[in-house]
Amino acid sequence: MQALRGGFKKNCQKGGRMKEAYLDYAATAPVKKEVLAAMLPYLQDKFGNPSSIHSWGQEARAAVDRSRRQVADFLNCNQSEIIFTSGGTEADNLAIIGIMRSFGASFALGHPSHPSPSLRSGHRRFAQDTPLASKFIPHIITSQIEHHAVLRTCQYLEKEKLATVTYLEPNAEGIIEIEKVRKAIKESTVLVSIMYINNEVGTIQPIREIGKILEKENHKRSAASGQRIYFHTDAVQAAGYQKMDVKYLHVDLLTLSGHKIGAPKGIGALFMKEKTPLGKIIFGGEQEMNFRSGTENVPGIVALGKAVQVLRNKKLEIRVKRAKMLSDYFIKRVLKEIPEVALNGSIELRSPNNANFYFRYIEGESILLNLDLAGIAASSGSACTSLSLEPSHVLMAIYGEPERAHGSVRFTLGEKTTTKEIDYTIRNLKLIVQKLRKISPLTKKEK
Amino acid sequence: MKKISILYSKKVMKYFSHPRNMGTMKNPSGRGRVGNPVCGDLMELQIKIEKKNGKEYITNAKFQTFGCGAAIATSSILTEMIISKEISEALKVSNKAIIKALGGLPLNKKHCSVLAKEALIRAIEDYKSRF
Repeated sequence: MQALRGGFKKNCQKGGRMKEAYLDYAATAPVKKEVLAAMLPYLQDKFGNPSSIHSWGQEARAAVDRSRRQVADFLNCNQSEIIFTSGGTEADNLAIIGIMRSFGASFALGHPSHPSPSLRSGHRRFAQDTPLASKFIPHIITSQIEHHAVLRTCQYLEKEKLATVTYLEPNAEGIIEIEKVRKAIKESTVLVSIMYINNEVGTIQPIREIGKILEKENHKRSAASGQRIYFHTDAVQAAGYQKMDVKYLHVDLLTLSGHKIGAPKGIGALFMKEKTPLGKIIFGGEQEMNFRSGTENVPGIVALGKAVQVLRNKKLEIRVKRAKMLSDYFIKRVLKEIPEVALNGSIELRSPNNANFYFRYIEGESILLNLDLAGIAASSGSACTSLSLEPSHVLMAIYGEPERAHGSVRFTLGEKTTTKEIDYTIRNLKLIVQKLRKISPLTKKEK
Repeated sequence: MKKISILYSKKVMKYFSHPRNMGTMKNPSGRGRVGNPVCGDLMELQIKIEKKNGKEYITNAKFQTFGCGAAIATSSILTEMIISKEISEALKVSNKAIIKALGGLPLNKKHCSVLAKEALIRAIEDYKSRF
């Protein structure tokens, strides 16, 4: 207790505000020291534009190339298969819209009676623009628990009648069952997009198994010279805790984000398997092998390269084991010591850094505010914490109960999280839940 | 520019952290329950009304709330604003007055003040239907 109070003071003075336990690593993580050191020179001394011919440019180009190699090594792929983007959201958009665009175009191209897709104001035509393609609307399979970067993109394509979309329902554990994917496949299916780790409840989706199913399906199709199905996974929450080998996973497209793994915000990457027909969504100077125009974010790219290199330097099993030990301890104690609490998502197939709880009778935002007053950072599925005032679509898809979404809080651990922080959090959580249940009219009267 | 931050004023945080008049009372004169846990807000207001010189005064008020910081703070401050007021005076406390007393509410939380006012109207209606 003495030590704790000392910690209080120190942390208070530092930030002007108490910071005891940051348990929101799935939201974002700090930039790692070695990553910052690697990127800093590219902000001032080595500030060149990689497209320039002079030494400044060459220096920057070399850094981008090195980073691309590091990311390719991390994902076990070729350098030419990595496209740097502004982050996970752009990579998701590029993967999904990119496939749809090129697909529409190649469909038209493949038909002898139809001319090649024309350019209109430097813009490749969408499938619907051509009278022929308008007969055929490609089909996408995704899930109800995807990140909004995928969901909203699919909804947009659906609304514009550029695609039809199947949103697979998760099971009661928050997992997308492979059987459901198999059954959802239609002749017109061209893309499957399923996330690797769910960002809210931390459930691990069977990416490798889905990838294998799709590969089989593609074999059948190629024999019948049918359209291939491409497989995209948003792996933003998986990096650092799961196998990231794209060959092992059998994926064609994979999204990576920098700021969850020790690089700054504003950098991400898309893995795009060779020969994957991808249209672009950003037009301009044809950087990134013409898949993503715009002067490269060199410091960000260097940081992402360094961040994945740092991850590779430490054995995955060790990191997973440590995180799992802590989260298991956290989950066990909370379920045991706080009444009327449930864990959201599968207990088995869960990311080792995620603990998402449903606290009955109380509301998430008021829990978060109280946690923050105690210097603890977490996040909630409650409508009250979102600007849209909509409860979490993930918790709604899994449980269908708004009360559960409103009363849920997500804790996500990082590499630096300590047992001391977890103990401190549990101690405060108990008091907070007790206090809020006293205020709540829903609580059963226990006297 | 619209202010869409969910950051609360000091006053809101004060009432949220140390809510006044939280709880229930024995034999309240009126109860008002508004909102719905499905929507994420539920307020229950209880009032005690006593007659003095033919006028009806709210002599005590208690609340219980399931909801966000704003929901808890608005219901708490409302109890303070209506205690010792005559019914007709209490009904003049507008949701805007509640917001003002709290030093403002984020735009997306203004509905909480409306809910609090509604709880008061329901509690007084409940009283009138019984006495």
